[in-house]
Amino acid sequence: MRAADLITASVLILLGALVIVDAMRLGIGWGTDGPKSGFFPFWLALIMVVCCAIIMAQQTRITTRHIFVDREKLRPVLTVLWPAVIAVALMEWLGLYVASALYMGFYMRWVGRHSWFAVVSLSLAIPIVSFLVFEKWFFVPMP
Amino acid sequence: MGVENILLGFQVAITPFNLFVAVIGILLGTIIGVLPGLGGANGVAILLPVTFTMPPTSGIILLTSIYWGALFGGAITSVLFNIPGEPWSVATTFDGYPMARSGDGGKALTAAFTSSFVGALFSILLITFFAPLLAEVALRFGPPEFFAIQLLTFSSFVGLGGGNPLKTIVSILIGFILATVGLDIVTGQLRLTFGFTGLMKGFDFIIAVIGLFGIGEILLSVEEGLTFRGVKTGINLRVVLDTWKILPRFWRTFVRSSIIGFWMGFKPGGATPASFMSYAFAKRFSKNAGNFGKGEIEGVVAPETAAHAAGVAAILPMITLGIPGSPTAAVMLGGLIIWGLQPGPLLFTEKPDFVWGLIASMYTGNVIGVLMVLAFVPFFAAILRIPFAILTPLIIVVCAIGSYAVHNSMLDIWYMVFFGVVGYVFKKLDYPLAPLVLALVLGDLAESALRQSLIMSQGSLAIFFTRPIAAAITLLAIFLFALPLITPWWRRMRGAPPAPFKPVAADS
Repeated sequence: MRAADLITASVLILLGALVIVDAMRLGIGWGTDGPKSGFFPFWLALIMVVCCAIIMAQQTRITTRHIFVDREKLRPVLTVLWPAVIAVALMEWLGLYVASALYMGFYMRWVGRHSWFAVVSLSLAIPIVSFLVFEKWFFVPMP
Repeated sequence: MGVENILLGFQVAITPFNLFVAVIGILLGTIIGVLPGLGGANGVAILLPVTFTMPPTSGIILLTSIYWGALFGGAITSVLFNIPGEPWSVATTFDGYPMARSGDGGKALTAAFTSSFVGALFSILLITFFAPLLAEVALRFGPPEFFAIQLLTFSSFVGLGGGNPLKTIVSILIGFILATVGLDIVTGQLRLTFGFTGLMKGFDFIIAVIGLFGIGEILLSVEEGLTFRGVKTGINLRVVLDTWKILPRFWRTFVRSSIIGFWMGFKPGGATPASFMSYAFAKRFSKNAGNFGKGEIEGVVAPETAAHAAGVAAILPMITLGIPGSPTAAVMLGGLIIWGLQPGPLLFTEKPDFVWGLIASMYTGNVIGVLMVLAFVPFFAAILRIPFAILTPLIIVVCAIGSYAVHNSMLDIWYMVFFGVVGYVFKKLDYPLAPLVLALVLGDLAESALRQSLIMSQGSLAIFFTRPIAAAITLLAIFLFALPLITPWWRRMRGAPPAPFKPVAADS
């Protein structure tokens, strides 16, 4: 838990620093007609960096036995995440409907171990239904 | 003032099309509320694109109906499955599930739905009377006042939200920083894009909501390895009528919980703490306090009344001030902007049919809602018997479709996945997500209010303290920001032991 907290806080500090640098480029002071563009982001990022630093300091003092996530539990999370990422990548060139049919079919077969009949019929039915709902009834075009 | 307006509203709300929209909304909303990983906020976000082709009034009726449905749906899973579908139904499980276990599931559900309805009605009545007044006051507000109110909004997350105040502040700041990415509306300069054209449009909060709440929640529930072992229950007319006969006995609980709910609800992050507070109060004042936690019907009534009252109250600041009281209200606010309406006090004078149609639809929506959930409980409960391996990819696909539909952009689906991972990590580390979303929504408004105020004052922050209304609100906000620092000191002064940490997910 502590390690994860420290990592998150440091990532946020880095992001904050990035924002501060960009804000400086835009100008953080008073322009001809009011505060310059960088004014608001600059102060936001500055306070964020300070807060994260305090969080880090707090974390180094307290020790918790909690671990962020153990390997046993991480597995199901990743089995959801990786296929989803692949499905999104497939959507770019297969289109949303084909990719989601593949994704659903894959997940039901691999994780749920449902019968092929259920897998094929559901993974075809759901994209078709959503196609009808979105494109025919509400005229929202999809890829 | 008043009567003719609300009549006008009912004329709008009771057209066949709008009633049909309300029924659909409640049906979808209840399903969304029952499903893990899909709550009010992302349900509304996913279906927002669907409303683009509707007239705005029907659109907002659909969205609010989804919201009511989600509020009702949370109660079903709490009572029958001991799984709170929404954070504010956690307190309902304390007594609802034991009741279902001992065969009183029908009674518990009837009590839950009825109290939800009563709580909602109470808040709607108050909104009907107070909204126009508040809007009139708000018409006189300038940029300093609006910025002060926004400070207050976020300070109440820090002061009342529970959890680590620093992490809450960081969440708020991340939201604001994300909101500044892209074109600066005042000077027209590009900010924080670092040369990537994809970042020029900035981050859309609807995508963030779908990712943070939808995908993040799914990942969490997969990790926890959810299994649904539900209690079967029959609900029939006799059970309903019998329960209705007992419920008037608890009128004190109803009144108390409604007031707590409304009071907590119009401030951000209110519904969840309201339901816990109301449960604690009911237990404190009840004659059979010993039975709480073992299946006491009053223990179902109290949190449900408060949660629903708070959920409805969150709409009040959204329509009067243009500042949402909850992430769900924030998404609706985003809808208003997309439909070309300027949220805020001017709505009351410029679009009376919209505002009053919305208010009237809250009455009709909740009446339809309570009847529908009572009639179709077995159907909604059956949804949870769908195997998890089908539900999980289905929810992810629906989320992806929803994010794509907002701007027809592939990049948005990637953002959604990214926000999903961020949401998962933040949830595990207790960074609250609701303030982040609210800050992302309000970012542009807050920044322009701040800059305009500073232009008015030639760059001096004193402007927030010299105008009377702004000063009062700013001071209150500063007090709330300081509350986490004051409380331990105050406790030590009184010699009381520090209160046990109460986990409160500000997420309504």
